[in-house]
Formats: sequence, structure tokens, C-alpha cells
Amino acid sequence: MNYDLVIIGGGPAGLAAAVAAKEEGIDNLIILEREEELGGILNQCIHNGFGLHTFKEELTGPEYAQRFIDKVNELSIEYKLDTMVLDITEDKTIYAINPKEGLLEIHAKAIILAMGCRERPRGALTIPGTRCSGIMTAGAAQKFVNMKNYMPGKEVVVLGSGDIGLIMARRMTFEGAKVKAVVELLPYSSGLKRNIVQCLDDYNIPLKLSHTVVNIHGKERLEGVTIAKVDGNRKPIKETEEYIPCDTLLLSVGLIPENELSRKVGVELSPVTGGAVVDNHFQTSVEGIFSCGNVLHVHDLVDNVTLESYSAGKNASKYLKGQLRKGETIKLKATDGVRYTVPHFINPSTIEKDITVRFRVGDVFKGAAIAVYFDDTKVLNKKKRILAPGEMEEVKLASDLFSQYPGVKTITLKVERS
Amino acid sequence: MYDVVIVGAGVVGCAIAREISRYKLKSIVLEKENDVCCGTSKANSAIVHAGHDALPETLKGKLNAKANLMFDKLAEDLDFHFRRNGSLVLCFDEKDMDKLYELKARGEKNGVPELQIISGDEVRKMEPNVSDQVVAALYAPTGGIVCPFNLTIALAENAHVNGVEFNFNSEVINIKKLEDGFEVKTKDKTIRTKILVNAAGVYGDKLNNMVSKHKFTITPRKGEYNLFDKYVGNLTDKTLFQLPTKLGKGVLVTPTIDGNLLVGPNAVDIEDKEDVSTTREGLDDIMEKASLSVKFLPKGNIITSFSGLRARSEKDDFIIGEAPDVPGFINASSIESPGLTCAPLIGVIVSDIIKEKLNPKLNENFNPKRKGITRFNDLSLEEKKKIIKERPEYGRIVCRCESVTEGEILDAINRPLGAKDLDGIKRRTRAGAGRCQSGFCISRTMELLHSELNIPPTEITKFGKASKILVGTNKESI
Repeated sequence: MNYDLVIIGGGPAGLAAAVAAKEEGIDNLIILEREEELGGILNQCIHNGFGLHTFKEELTGPEYAQRFIDKVNELSIEYKLDTMVLDITEDKTIYAINPKEGLLEIHAKAIILAMGCRERPRGALTIPGTRCSGIMTAGAAQKFVNMKNYMPGKEVVVLGSGDIGLIMARRMTFEGAKVKAVVELLPYSSGLKRNIVQCLDDYNIPLKLSHTVVNIHGKERLEGVTIAKVDGNRKPIKETEEYIPCDTLLLSVGLIPENELSRKVGVELSPVTGGAVVDNHFQTSVEGIFSCGNVLHVHDLVDNVTLESYSAGKNASKYLKGQLRKGETIKLKATDGVRYTVPHFINPSTIEKDITVRFRVGDVFKGAAIAVYFDDTKVLNKKKRILAPGEMEEVKLASDLFSQYPGVKTITLKVERS
Repeated sequence: MYDVVIVGAGVVGCAIAREISRYKLKSIVLEKENDVCCGTSKANSAIVHAGHDALPETLKGKLNAKANLMFDKLAEDLDFHFRRNGSLVLCFDEKDMDKLYELKARGEKNGVPELQIISGDEVRKMEPNVSDQVVAALYAPTGGIVCPFNLTIALAENAHVNGVEFNFNSEVINIKKLEDGFEVKTKDKTIRTKILVNAAGVYGDKLNNMVSKHKFTITPRKGEYNLFDKYVGNLTDKTLFQLPTKLGKGVLVTPTIDGNLLVGPNAVDIEDKEDVSTTREGLDDIMEKASLSVKFLPKGNIITSFSGLRARSEKDDFIIGEAPDVPGFINASSIESPGLTCAPLIGVIVSDIIKEKLNPKLNENFNPKRKGITRFNDLSLEEKKKIIKERPEYGRIVCRCESVTEGEILDAINRPLGAKDLDGIKRRTRAGAGRCQSGFCISRTMELLHSELNIPPTEITKFGKASKILVGTNKESI
């Protein structure tokens, strides 16, 4: 099988990338999706709040996904479901399987990686205690409740205040469970502000900041957890230990981009994001392989995934048309409170319009500003009332900046306190 | 009337069961848990020890090296993964060199072949990630690694196919001595048997002390471990032990047969025979000790932690043989490390005692071979193509992290002594054993258990009893 463009993953990232590429005139393209439906994780996100930016209305996850699925069908974009990619080789041969067709060998001219992310499990945190049932990631619980109509528990503690944890605290409450606490190690939540208000405050669910679970009890099914306050070094304080009886511990302790395939094909990964290192075209270190969405870096809002992936799809089509030139690149440096940037470097030879740089900060900053330096010259100062690690930020670099500062070597993003 | 009742379906009980299945004997294994390999056998270092540690006059010392050599044939016959990766006992101080030589001499007395003392530089040539502090090591090429689940399951399946019955959730609650044998009571039934074998792991003392005046006590000695992502599974190829230092016995750093990295264990004597919880102190302790052995320990890549119990008695050695005052009651007890390694040989020893006592006929239908579950991930592209064509369910990946297909899970459920719970599936196929620890595959695996075994989803467990995953349906409690 030969395709110009193969998109791995049929979630919001893959769908938007496919639509964009098709609109740019790439006809010979295909989406490979491992699940039995397109839509990715949105299919289990039945709460609303999606699409405020993209569609200026509040949609549920499945509704948001359906808009793009409709578009994919309208544009007659080919896709295969129930199809798992096993391997990608350097010459862009993709090996995939599905029960109907068996082993597929697909030759691609360009590939867009859009595999999404997975949840960090209990083991990664090495929470001591027993290994009973009743402990699962918030996303796994979400699938049981929202897609299978099954309750994973009745008395719940949520560890981690990531968005899925917050959403699931509310969902479990709706479905008849008692959520006793959301416990967060950091002094601030890593979730969106609006989720804290709408999912916890509105239901009187206590958010225990600077707390963590220090022990898990129960031989067969979970019987309770011990939580404790942590000090400035995130070490639990023994005297503050408190036992909470519960039958369920849901974990919302971080998302990890699923880059197993990217590793196999030798794509360079960022140790900070866990995603690929990309340029402003979302092209990875392997020529012709692009990356977008949560497999590139974890997003808070699907709207941003859509924008980013749309751009990745357009750029992949440019690549296929031979419009992406190689050239000297400018490195983007994240420092002084800025944890990372996407893209990681910029190819100035092919800049047509403003470049959106997305980034996250590593701490909460109040009344600070984001400063952008072209080498030593400050070119941008964006004041922010509040900056928090839970909210992805962006700055736009105007295209004419690059003609104003020819030969710039490094662009630096930093937080500056006013 | 049974000829033989074996109490305990751990690696020792299953090894004995498999050996006696060579004979025409009516025999049964009684296991208190929902599956085989649920106690000491499931949580240990997964090492096939070369055999230099135990003192030559002990049973442990006598059996180890000999048992080690049984593994090649056994792995071939029973189709489980085993690799002789070799082991190194690292010495961190010139002053301890005599201890290293002493260990070598002991090993040679125990019959361990090809032992060598090599310099620190030679060690690092072999294993570049070994710490610069290492001055020398005892190298044992016969040391190996094995999957303890696979080994135990393979022994059990083969025993079962050759005629041994297995009853699960069948804790022995009473034993009555009869004229010609024993009456063994579980919550569901009472069984009479000529021979009673005690392979009850940490409960071996309880069982022995019900019938024999030669009492002993098993004090479980807990060992905690951290298991790392396959990304860092090649940190070391050989198993790295530490020569005991003033800090204690030391911990090991080893690859597992499936390609993860394993670090541990510590050793803490406990009262509770069921307490396999991990502790903050224990996990921190093993990491600190392990970091002596290697230049860098990739702490960020831990995927799970666990602990296991060593069945250790005050005798500080295996207790194997007929109880002196109770003819027909055979102990295979106090089997602590190197118990996993010695299990196949213990099987032969116990089987020989039974043979002597009952003089059974050979089982002409005995088949020494067992075929394991076909692992999709291990197949070549051509083989993958072929198997999906024949069995389309091999074309659907259920566990992404370990690339386990639906075909493998169905096989795990439907084969002899098949999986009945999530841990059973995990131990047979590795579905859920990877880096996401079942976050993605749990719902599909449960659907398969439901459809194949007709267990309602709310009754599916992690490992039997009350370890249910789901408590009901939405809004039920409103």
C-alpha cells in the first residue's frame, strides 16, 4: 500500500491534521485508528465545555469529535479502524494490524504522529501500601462510567488535581458516589481554574493542596488511604497524617505523550514534554515525520489541539509539495520560569505568517510578564495577571520580526516579574 | 481416596504435581487462592541462582547448583522463557576480597561451574553501567533469569493435562490423621488421601503443626522491589548482586526475562502472613542500596513496586521429607531463596519419596511437553501475518504497552487451568504488566473475561475474593 500521507491516530489531532491536509489538496491520505471509532479520548468526555474557541459554542467531547468526523467523511478521507500500528521504519514504512486485513505494510511519503497520551499510573509515583483493587486512573474510571455504565466505587478519593481528576470528581458525584477529597501534592492545582470551580467548589468537594497519599490500605479491595500534608520540599509531614476510609482511589497525576512509535523510528524527544522536538512546521527530527496534539505536548483545551494539528496537516502537505525548504534554524530557549516551548526551533527560511509559540510555566506567577528576546534584544513583553502551570500559554511571533532581526541565533522566552 | 493431596499451588507444589503426574496416581492440588502462583512464587527476584550463596552442608547448598542445570531442558519441554544471563557478585572494597574468594570456594564446593573472580575493570567492560566503586566481582555464567509466573503456570498446566486435579479457593482448614492416611477438610469438601504434601509456603508451619510434634515456625521475611520500564531494561545484562557490606546484605539489580529492570529486595521479618504491602522506608532503602551497584539508577522510570514474602523458618534451611512422626506427611516447607531455582529438583525429590511409598505404575500417557501461549510480540512479520489469517483475534491489540493481542488473552482464559481474573491474565500474557499498568486495556480485558466465562462485570476481580473492580452501575445508589 502506498500513501502520500499517513496519519497515526484518529482523535482530535489526527482528524484536524487530516482535514487540513486534504483541504490543501493531498488526496492520497489515510488515518489509522486503533479503536473501533474515530474521535479518540473525546468519545468518553461526555461533559461539556469543548469548542468554546473553535466553534464559539459549548459542546460535549463526542459532539466536538463528530464535527470533525463529519468533515472527514464529507471530504472522503480514507481511514482504517481497529488498526494498530506496530512499527515505523526510517524509510517511512508502517507496519499495522487489524483482524480483517491482517498485517498491513504501508509506504508513506509523510507521516503525522497523533497518538495522544496516556495517564501516569500509581506505580510511577511509588505510593507504598497494598496492591488491592479499587485503584485506577481517572481516565480508566471515566471509560467505565461514561461508556459502560459501571461504577468503579462508592467512596472516592482523587489523587492529583489534573483536569480529568476534577471532571471525574464531579462525574462520580453525579452518579451517586461520595467524593471525600481531591488531594494535590503541589500548592496549586494543575487543572484549569474553571474546572476547580465547576467540578469541586460547586459540589463542596474539598481540594487539599500540598497534600499527598502516603499509604494505601486494604488486602483485597481498597479500604482507605492515609494522606499527609507535605513540606516545602514535597516531603510528607508525619504529624499531619490522616486516614480516610474509601473504596476507590482515582489517580489524575499526569499525562505522558505516547511516543513508543516515535522512539522506534528515531524521532528526537524532549525530556521536558515527553513529546517530539519539532520546528515551526511541527516537523520532527526525522524528515517528513510530523507530530501534533497530545503526543507532542499535553494540552488543556482541545481547541488548541485542533489549531496545532490543523497547522501540522498544512505543513505536511507543504512538505509533500516540496515547499518546505531546509535551512539554518533558530533555537527557542525556555528559561526563568518557562518550562518548555513548542516549537523547539524555527526555520526562518519558510516563514509566511505569525508563529504561535505554545509554552508552560513551572510555577505560579502573579503580576508577571512573558518576555521574548531575539538574542539579547527584548522584542515582546506580554503582561499576565496570573501564570500557572495548569494553563498552557502562547505568544505570537510576528513574521516581520524575523526580517527585522536577520541572523538571530536564539530566541529566549522567560518570565519576568514586574 | 486420593493417593496424593498437595497443599499449595506455588512453584513448589506445582513442580511436585508435575513430577508425580509421571505416575498413575489419583492426585489433587488444593490452593487457597483463585489461581496458581499467588503467594511467595509470584513476588521474588525471578532469579535462577548459580548456587554459591548457601553453605555446602545445607539442603539449599546441596540442591541449588544441581537444580540450576535442570532449567534448560525444563524450559524447552514446558515452553517458558529462561535465559542464562550470568550473575556478578560485586565487591566494593579491597578489604572485602577474602570474602569474595570465600564465596567462590563455597560455590565450587556446592558444584557451581565456571566461577571466576574478575577485576573491576573487567566487570565494567562486561557491564559498562556498573559503578566505578566496584573493585572486583565473582562471575557466575550459569546464573539465570526466569518468569516465575510462566514457570509455575507451565508446571501446573502440564501436571493438569497429565491428570492432576486442581481445586482453587480451597484453603485447608483441618487435617485428621487416619489409619491409612489423612482426612483433609476445606470449606467445600472433605478429601481422604494416602499421602499429604505440605507445599503451603508461608503457611507451611500451620499445616505441619496440625499433625506433627516436630513443630517449626515460619516467620515471613518480606522483601520489597521496584520494577522499571523496559526503556531502561538494558541498564545491565547480568544480574548484579552485592557482596554483603557493613550496610547489610545488599540488594540486586537485574534485567527480568521480559526486559524490565528489577531492583530489590530488602529483608524485614513480619508477623502477618498476608502482608505484602510496600513501605516508604523499604522502597527508599532498596533504591539507596541499589545505587551503589550502578553509575545511575533511572528513578523516573519505575512502573510498579511490590513486595513478596520469603517462607523462612528458624531452621534457616529447606525442610524436605516425611515428618519423622507422621508417615505419609511430606514437607516441602521453609522454601526460601533459592526456592524458585530449587523447585524443579524439590519436585523430583518429593516425587521419589512418594514413589518409594506407593510404588505406583508409570503413567503411559504422560506428555512432558507443554506449549505456552503464542506471544504475538515475539513473532516475525511473516509469522504475524500467518497467525492473524488463521486467527483474526490475533490482529487486535488489547494491551498496547506490551503488544498483547485478543488472541493471547482468549487463549489465557480458555487453556487448561485458565485465567479467571485480571492478575491471571496479566501473569499469563503480560496484558496490564506494562508501563500504563492496565489503564488502557482493563475494560477490554474485563469484557473478554465476561464473554468467555460469563462472569458479570461487577463480579470480575483482580485476584479473586473481594478484589472486585466495579461496585455496581451508575446512579444505583441514588
